[in-house]
Amino acid sequence: MSTTTTQPGTAGLPAAGARPWLALSGLGPWLAFGLILAFLLCFLIVPVGMVVYTAFINETGGLTLGHFGNFFAQSVFRESFFNSLIVSLASVFFASVIAIPLAYLTVRFEFRGALLIQTLGVLPLIMPPFVGAVALQLIFGRSGSMNLLLNDWFGFTIPIMDGLVGVTFVESIHYFPFILLNLVAAMRNIDGAMEESALNLGARGWRLFRRVIFPLAMPGYLAGAALVFVKVFDDLGTPLVMGVTNMLAPQAYLRITSVGIDDPLGYVISVIMIGFSILALWMAARVMKGKDYATMQKGGNSLQKRELSHWESVLAYGWILFVLFVTLAPHLGILLMSFSKVWSFSVLPDSYTLEHYATVFHDAGGMIGNTLLYCVMAAGLDVVIGTAIAYLILRTQLPARQWLDYLASAALAIPGLVLAIGYLRLFKGVNLPFTDTPVVTTWVLIMLAYAVRRLPYALRSCMAALQQVHISLEEAAQSLGASKLSTIRRIMVPLMAGGILAGFVTSFITAAVELSATILLASAQSQAPMSYGIYLYMQSISGRGPGAALGVLAVIVVGLGTYFSHRFVERSRVTTKT
Amino acid sequence: MQRIFCAGALAASLLCATQGAQAGTVTVLTSFPKELTTAYQKAFEAAHPGIKIEILNKNTTASVAYVRELPEGQRPDIMWASAPDAFEVLARNKLLQTAPEAVNKSAPAKIGAYPLNDPQGMYYGQALAGYGIMWNTRYLQAHKLPVPKEWSDLTRPEYFGHVAISSPSRSGTTQLTVETILQGEGWEKGWGQLLAMMGNVAAVTDRSFAVPDGVNNGQYGVGIVIDFFGLAGKYSGFPVDFAYPAMTAVVPANIALIAGAKNADEAKKFMAFTMSVPGQQILFDPKISRLPILPYNLLKAPAGYPVPQDVAARAKVQFDSNVGEARYQVVTSLFDQMVTFRLKELQAATRAIHEAAKALKAKPNARGNELLAQARATAYSPLVGEANVKNEEFLELFRKNRRDVAVSKQLTGLEQIWADKARANYERAQQLANEARSLAK
Repeated sequence: MSTTTTQPGTAGLPAAGARPWLALSGLGPWLAFGLILAFLLCFLIVPVGMVVYTAFINETGGLTLGHFGNFFAQSVFRESFFNSLIVSLASVFFASVIAIPLAYLTVRFEFRGALLIQTLGVLPLIMPPFVGAVALQLIFGRSGSMNLLLNDWFGFTIPIMDGLVGVTFVESIHYFPFILLNLVAAMRNIDGAMEESALNLGARGWRLFRRVIFPLAMPGYLAGAALVFVKVFDDLGTPLVMGVTNMLAPQAYLRITSVGIDDPLGYVISVIMIGFSILALWMAARVMKGKDYATMQKGGNSLQKRELSHWESVLAYGWILFVLFVTLAPHLGILLMSFSKVWSFSVLPDSYTLEHYATVFHDAGGMIGNTLLYCVMAAGLDVVIGTAIAYLILRTQLPARQWLDYLASAALAIPGLVLAIGYLRLFKGVNLPFTDTPVVTTWVLIMLAYAVRRLPYALRSCMAALQQVHISLEEAAQSLGASKLSTIRRIMVPLMAGGILAGFVTSFITAAVELSATILLASAQSQAPMSYGIYLYMQSISGRGPGAALGVLAVIVVGLGTYFSHRFVERSRVTTKT
Repeated sequence: MQRIFCAGALAASLLCATQGAQAGTVTVLTSFPKELTTAYQKAFEAAHPGIKIEILNKNTTASVAYVRELPEGQRPDIMWASAPDAFEVLARNKLLQTAPEAVNKSAPAKIGAYPLNDPQGMYYGQALAGYGIMWNTRYLQAHKLPVPKEWSDLTRPEYFGHVAISSPSRSGTTQLTVETILQGEGWEKGWGQLLAMMGNVAAVTDRSFAVPDGVNNGQYGVGIVIDFFGLAGKYSGFPVDFAYPAMTAVVPANIALIAGAKNADEAKKFMAFTMSVPGQQILFDPKISRLPILPYNLLKAPAGYPVPQDVAARAKVQFDSNVGEARYQVVTSLFDQMVTFRLKELQAATRAIHEAAKALKAKPNARGNELLAQARATAYSPLVGEANVKNEEFLELFRKNRRDVAVSKQLTGLEQIWADKARANYERAQQLANEARSLAK
């Protein structure tokens, strides 16, 4: 894979190139390193450690590894481990099948509605817990619309929502946006000259994609794929709602949340999941190692978008419409549910009403504001920390800087419940500075939990973005007399903007639908965000209409946010051009 | 840059008013649905101006963890939920306190054989619930299924793949249902029936609510649920119905005062209200549909509403909560190893048994019938004998601290043996049933 732009002398980057001006900088990176480390220790490592240390001690408090021995002796756990592994790999495969054509077609070709398709493609991520699987059951489930129709017309049904197949199906259509977002950002960053030279040299179609475009977008793809893998590996909600318990995350959850039993095995599973997630990310980093993906000229404007031939565009639109239909089916489901009075064992609801929206607007106004407040702050914090970590890892030589990445990424594998219990333990009796208000009764912990749990997403995007920025651009700025900070501010961050935005959006969206930590940390209804409200309404036996209505509102609010941030980036791109 | 953000976060949180701290606010921690809590909140606040009710809705697991992790004085005031096991855990950890003055003297001391209030006085029955079968009428019609009336109906072949239940290790109410069947039929026979029922199950869910939810929207045809799930669905317009089988028990849903509550006096007023006549009357609201603890001569019950005392009197089982509590861990753990985690194998064995029975009915064969009986006996018998669950030493093992590596090893070893045996039994039963079926040809 030797498709890098600047072959000679850059293989050893960033180490060799960074050295001359690193010496001048001195304290800055160390300070950033210290601050990030302190943040991670305070809000991730220590609280989680306070909970999972149970895995390593016996009844008298002595250290032991005996619980790990007990774990591996159980065949249920071994089976769960392999099931989780298989489902994760299969989901990465199917998510790629969905995401790669969407990204390629919309970025590299003249395509009507590309922006709309990219925004719609992100929508599956904005599926509040419960809602996604519930809505999919209504459409594709055993007695869902599709199977009722199939049964009426042809006398058979497709059990796509059953067992491991069902989990893979739901996970693929839920998490493919991780790949899409990162791949779109990466493809936009490809130097247009690369593609033009390839075209001039006669590369066409599949060959052009396979040998030039895809390899150049590799950092983005891997960032997304690694996220999908780890996310599916650790995902709890989907298997639970589908009734699949023979996977690792449900096994840990079932052990940790059994009322009244303090079973160390649950924490053993958590530790194993954390270890495995870090391993997966490390392997993705290994693949990237020794390869240089930076290009000198950023794509976007300079890039000539190609045109599709008549038949190609028919095929492309057909495929995209089909994919969008399947991936947006859950949204269609909750939209119908939010307007329906009774929907039971029928293709469509019996009758329609607006009353659920009235209920929601009446009692849940504050929740929307809370969600926006917490998630914007959390996502903002995430991209700042993510950019800083990416910078420290790729542009400095600090010892142990990789560990920031590993530590931050560990958050992916930590069940929200464990983190929340850790917070309650660590901040027990701590008051907010200058007040008598205990920290545990404020929303600060909810926001921090979001930031910590969603940091890995932003981090992956920021790393990928910085990997594509060629260091000589920064060196050029330095040699023209720009200071270190202004190089970062004026050159590096703007060049990374697409990736940072992708990170912000993923963090924001996924934080908006976080539930497990929220449930434990919410200490008053006035602080509750929308995900909590949806959970509350969804528990109602007299109908989930209001829950669905709130879910629709959440999708709209977050979807608009995503759309406008895309618009913002597109616009700033246009202004730099003129 | 991070510093700016942190500073921003702190400043913003300082500005944010602190809720729930002022006197006169009672915080109620509950797993009950919004329509129930809102109804009580509104009615109470109207009757007691000056006291505010703050509802904190969390699932039972999160509720217990929340109370346990908060220091005294910052805890919520009241815990209000169905699952008796959660209250047991809280009481054992000294997280509850007595509130005798909140109790309504007009309520009976016992419902059937079950004491309404905790004998130690730590928590009190506030409403009643019985266990039974809920079904979706459209689903049954579409699949041409009869309406099930008794637990034993659910073992019949036509219900294969149409039933749902939540796991007893996850849902205190299901644990009580399972225990009711075991006490009513006896350990061996009870497990036999339970496992045959579970062979027909489409899903073992991790939340109690997932079962009525699935029946409401037609995903499952039949659900094993607590009564108000079925009744509230029905009265809210879903095409569902509910019936109590003969083998049921009526048990209380509880309310308790949390130790170290901020506003104990006002909290007691709220507790008293929920057990008073106006408070009990709220339970008849169609969207709530629970059974009151007070006798019906004090209340205005809607026509045709189930009478808890009658249901309890009709129930064939004399439910003993002490027995259930003593073997709680054994029953839930055995259920998980035999059913929840081995559902695929159990379903396969059951399908083979149903098919063999059908074939043999068409073409009887003595040897085939014998094999089929063997297959049933192999699949549907508990891996722990009745003698064992009466053995204190054996039960004690399950109560020991799992942090002790040796205990944990013994327990996981036992679970492993159960899992292996269950799988082997189901595979053997499937084989036997297939042989039986081939003889009928």
